[in-house]
Amino acid sequence: GCFVFKPSTKKRRLSEKTAHDFRSTSHDSEDTELRFVTCQSLWNQVKSETEQIQEDLNKQLLDNLVSFLSRSHSDFQEKTTKWSCRMKFREIPTAALVLGVNVTDHDLTFRGLSDVLQDNITPYVALLEAKDCPGIKNLMQKLMGQLMNCDIEVDSLEDEDCVQVSQNRIRCSMPSLISWYESVTKKTDSETPSKKRNSSSRHWQSPPVVVIFKDMESFATKVLQDFIVISSQHIHELPLVLIFGIATSPMIIHRLLPHSVSSLLCIELFQSLSCKEHLSTIIDKLLLTSRFPFKLGGKVLQVLINIFLYHDFSVQNFIKGFQLCIMEHFYSQPLSVLCCHLADIKKRVCSLSNDQCENIRRLPSFRRYVEKQESGKQIELLTNDSFLKKETEKLLEDLHVYHENYVSILRCLHVFTSSLPKYPLGKQIRELHCACLENQVWETEEYESSLQLARMLNKADLVTMLQQCVEILMSSSGKEFDKTVEKLKEFLTQFQNLEEASQERDVSVSSQKELQKKTDLYHLQKTLLELKESRRSKKLTKFEMLRFEVVDYIDRLVRKYLVPADNRTLHEIVYFNAATVLRGHLNAAPRTALHTALNNPHWYLKNQALKCDGGGISNKAPDICIVYKLHLECGRLINLVDWLEAFSTVVMAAEEPNADAASSDEVDDIIHARFIRAVSELELLGFIKPSKQKTDHVARLTWGGC
Amino acid sequence: MSRPEGTRSSRRSLQVKFVPDEDVLKHIVDDAGTKVRKDKAQLSVSVKRFVKKLENICDNEAQEILEEKNYVAALGICAQDPLGNGSNISGGEVYSFQTPKRSNKMAELASELAQTPEKNVAPDHSKCPEKMAKTPQSKIFLLMHAFSLLLQNKKKEFVSTTPYRLRKRLAAPDPYLESESEYSASCSEEEDEEEQKEISAVLSDQKTPPKTKAASTPPPRNSLAKKIKEQKMGNLVEEYFEAHSSSKVLTSDRTLQKLRKRRLNQQTLHDLLKNAPLAYAAEIRDLNQQHESLFSKWMLQLHLGFNIVLYGLGSKRDLLEKFRTSLLQDSVHLVVNGYFPSITVRSILNSITEEVLDHIGTFRSPLDQLEFITKRFKEDSSLELYVLIHNLDSQMLRGERSQQILAQLSSLPSIYLIASIDHINAPLMWDQAKLSLYNWLWYETTTFNPYVEETSYENSLLVQQSGSLALSSLTHVLHSLTLNARGIFRLLAQHQLEKKDNPSYPGLSFQDFYQQCREAFLVNSDLTLRAQLTEFRDHKLIRTKRGADGVEYLLIPVDDSTLTDFLEKEDEDV
Repeated sequence: GCFVFKPSTKKRRLSEKTAHDFRSTSHDSEDTELRFVTCQSLWNQVKSETEQIQEDLNKQLLDNLVSFLSRSHSDFQEKTTKWSCRMKFREIPTAALVLGVNVTDHDLTFRGLSDVLQDNITPYVALLEAKDCPGIKNLMQKLMGQLMNCDIEVDSLEDEDCVQVSQNRIRCSMPSLISWYESVTKKTDSETPSKKRNSSSRHWQSPPVVVIFKDMESFATKVLQDFIVISSQHIHELPLVLIFGIATSPMIIHRLLPHSVSSLLCIELFQSLSCKEHLSTIIDKLLLTSRFPFKLGGKVLQVLINIFLYHDFSVQNFIKGFQLCIMEHFYSQPLSVLCCHLADIKKRVCSLSNDQCENIRRLPSFRRYVEKQESGKQIELLTNDSFLKKETEKLLEDLHVYHENYVSILRCLHVFTSSLPKYPLGKQIRELHCACLENQVWETEEYESSLQLARMLNKADLVTMLQQCVEILMSSSGKEFDKTVEKLKEFLTQFQNLEEASQERDVSVSSQKELQKKTDLYHLQKTLLELKESRRSKKLTKFEMLRFEVVDYIDRLVRKYLVPADNRTLHEIVYFNAATVLRGHLNAAPRTALHTALNNPHWYLKNQALKCDGGGISNKAPDICIVYKLHLECGRLINLVDWLEAFSTVVMAAEEPNADAASSDEVDDIIHARFIRAVSELELLGFIKPSKQKTDHVARLTWGGC
Repeated sequence: MSRPEGTRSSRRSLQVKFVPDEDVLKHIVDDAGTKVRKDKAQLSVSVKRFVKKLENICDNEAQEILEEKNYVAALGICAQDPLGNGSNISGGEVYSFQTPKRSNKMAELASELAQTPEKNVAPDHSKCPEKMAKTPQSKIFLLMHAFSLLLQNKKKEFVSTTPYRLRKRLAAPDPYLESESEYSASCSEEEDEEEQKEISAVLSDQKTPPKTKAASTPPPRNSLAKKIKEQKMGNLVEEYFEAHSSSKVLTSDRTLQKLRKRRLNQQTLHDLLKNAPLAYAAEIRDLNQQHESLFSKWMLQLHLGFNIVLYGLGSKRDLLEKFRTSLLQDSVHLVVNGYFPSITVRSILNSITEEVLDHIGTFRSPLDQLEFITKRFKEDSSLELYVLIHNLDSQMLRGERSQQILAQLSSLPSIYLIASIDHINAPLMWDQAKLSLYNWLWYETTTFNPYVEETSYENSLLVQQSGSLALSSLTHVLHSLTLNARGIFRLLAQHQLEKKDNPSYPGLSFQDFYQQCREAFLVNSDLTLRAQLTEFRDHKLIRTKRGADGVEYLLIPVDDSTLTDFLEKEDEDV
């Protein structure tokens, strides 16, 4: 069933080919080359950025681990009494690394970890996975293979006589591992000092052997227990350190290992950053910044976040989705050539062709823009290419400025909303971002209620928030915020003045205290009523006035700057909005497609004959649809004879009864054959299977609709 | 949005309910003569009652749809996307716990509706054409059509269980019709009993029309709907277990043998189908052309590190083949026919190592082989390989280990995988780890092409058995047995193959077999061999027959070609 095809002429084109694919598709314009290059460079930028983020986030964790490792076997180095005392207990130093449920992302962390370890601590690092180690024997084999390979890598530069030991020949056992370790460490010892500095100066005399269990939960408990027990016997000869990668919770160690085994471990717990925080950082650095010209539309972002939250918690997948977005955008939007950094815009706009200008004129947002202009300018825009280019350049720059401002104000708003009770606009900035992209945020109920809540903030909170806002705005690159900052600072000083003024108010408070002296019930009631009355009619205090003012000011800022991107002219160039495409590719529903095809073939086959009735399907539908519909009426088992006859009735009715009676036999055979085909197709699709329960019956495998 | 829909759907069902009594009677007159006419009044009452019930059900469904919408909205799947291609069906409809129409229920429904064939093109559908495939009760129409035809074309002697009930019910008092019915013999006992009960129930219903009428006076709409819904939920659960707990199955006992038609063999089937014109060829061609326009996009995405998986109804073989011929001519590529019954991961790996990498030699395990391939591809960055797999979800490839190996293979940056899946549960093969290795981009490519190649290996009940799929079960069972047991089986298989030209070969007699096994040092006593044979028999690997002389003969009940394949594969493994 496998066939290999080799081309006769073995010409291989690599990167050039990819660009070629890009080109052949969008035959309409000539900028494809440039688009492809832009796309690639953008993606590479994004990729390196994400890797950087990942590294930064893991730095803390890795540092901790490294210090743990260096601590764990410092005793072994010095051969102190303390070590020998621990030796009695035979404890293996172990790091339990809680990484979270997104197992697919762990690979990256582990790769980083082993790199760091190999650079700083020890060349002897082995990564084990459960699927490679069904038994202790395989585990040892894998372990030794990895250790000796890495040893060879280090040594082979120096002396060639170190024979490439094939792992098959060595008996894989702990003693052989120990003897290997001894020989290796001795060799480094006996080497000339100069060489030593070259090769292993970063490592110590007798570096520990680190064994990483990538997915501890999926290891067989027997294997783990055996390994731990065996290696604890030899811990005084071999400085072993274990690292467990844990996806669920640290409790699992005790569930997998009985007390007798877990007491052989000296476990220290390390917690990695949660994937949600990771995602927030990614969104913060990739989307809420003006560094990248490419932007995600609201729905697209929603889809990506939903896949993350509801399906996999995998940041890697999120980035993959982002990559797909970039690719789709540059592939499908010919004008995406303008989706570049501000510095390049002028050049690229100038070199736009006539066709591309037409493309711009066709953009809905641009058309809306044109309609708003006065008639003279309208004509210019629609007929004069160079005028259009100038205008486009200006609009794109506007868009850029808009985005810069948007991000700053969004952060300010987030400062306010993230501290409100119940978080009407969401706790995370990404939720706020989605809400703002989706529609005009100030028209939503949530915004209304969050303003209400903001009007009830206390002073201390308000002041710190304002200070934060000032910081955000100061650090932003937008130029329009000088006034805003000034205004906010003014608010801050006003608050300070209030503080001084508030001392005066204490006097009035003391008058309230008088009331406590009186014990007369009647008087008490009376004064209370009075107090209530006065409070109702009382004017707002100065503080309250100021608070209202601040909130109103923030509201004004929001209305000015957080306009949804859809309303901006030329937003199509930088915003990717095809959420359906994205969802179709990343989070497909194959069963839904089958369901639609079987129930409603007209969706795919645009033929009038199939359309006729809305509820069911017509009797002219493809055979498989009819057979499928008929089988839906049955219970667990289906009688083939009945099925066949029902089918032939339907089909006969569909074919005009004008067919001659003479050839009816032939027709019967054909219908029979068609029925067989349809049934075996249903079998292939997994709807039915043959059953032995009753002769000539098939069993239904689905319950309900599909 | 769904409110108006709800009312609409209930309105439609209301339209269905106005079954003109004349129509009902026309049929009855055909069938049972004047006698039934007296029952006219009662019948119409029962019709009305039924219609009421139907209305309520529709109400419920409207509400359910509403709730599903909410759920969908909550998930942010944005059902309102204008571009959504076919995906605006909520999951609830696809995976719904719909009541399976148990036979008598179906009969009831059909009998009430069957008399209105002309109504099936309901006029108000033109008002809401966008609401296609949304109503779960839609199947009524098709069935109704089938049965109405059935009743009209009586001369064709069409028979089915349902009209039987229908007729029986309508003409229950008529003993003549009942005895005349040709089904009574074919229906199982329990069914008949139930039938009887049903009839009596119907009769009692008819006797007490005022009571039913009183019962069906509608209480306040909302609370009723709610109550019914709760009831329905409870019923659903009960019905599910009811349907799946009892071992008795209520279907008719008719078999294909009673049918005059002979069984078709593969060849005649093929010929017949070739003569039959493919329906909607033009539309299917259009559809395929749409997919073909995506080819270069696929290439681009493959090169950017994604792999592509195609799903949707219809054979995707031609599409992939076209992709191959149009774009892959200049590059090394591997085509894997997953539907082939004897394909294994090992054969895929072998063809990569032997033919693509020109490596001579064998490997101890597929994992070793995979490691070798990985190393080679990493070393030589100019190596590129396109892998096309038709039916990645086939019997032989769907196993966990195979998928793991294929996933790892596909994760290599210079191996580009493009595959197709068909089975409804195919995505269940992959867990998160495999999915991330595969790095799929999903493409819906519904082609409506018949699965010609893919099903030609399938063992359909209606086609003469060729026994090709037995191979996978054979290998699987044998792999779980000991080395000696495998040796024993090999002996038997070889012997059977040697005698394959002899049509009256009765099998290997036990004594001879024992002798041979002893000589091959496979068993040391009569008893051990018997124990082995019991094992085989339990797994249906062999069949024993007692000859006329009382000697036990052993036979492997698979055909020769499968056996040859099997032996070849065994040789390869050892």
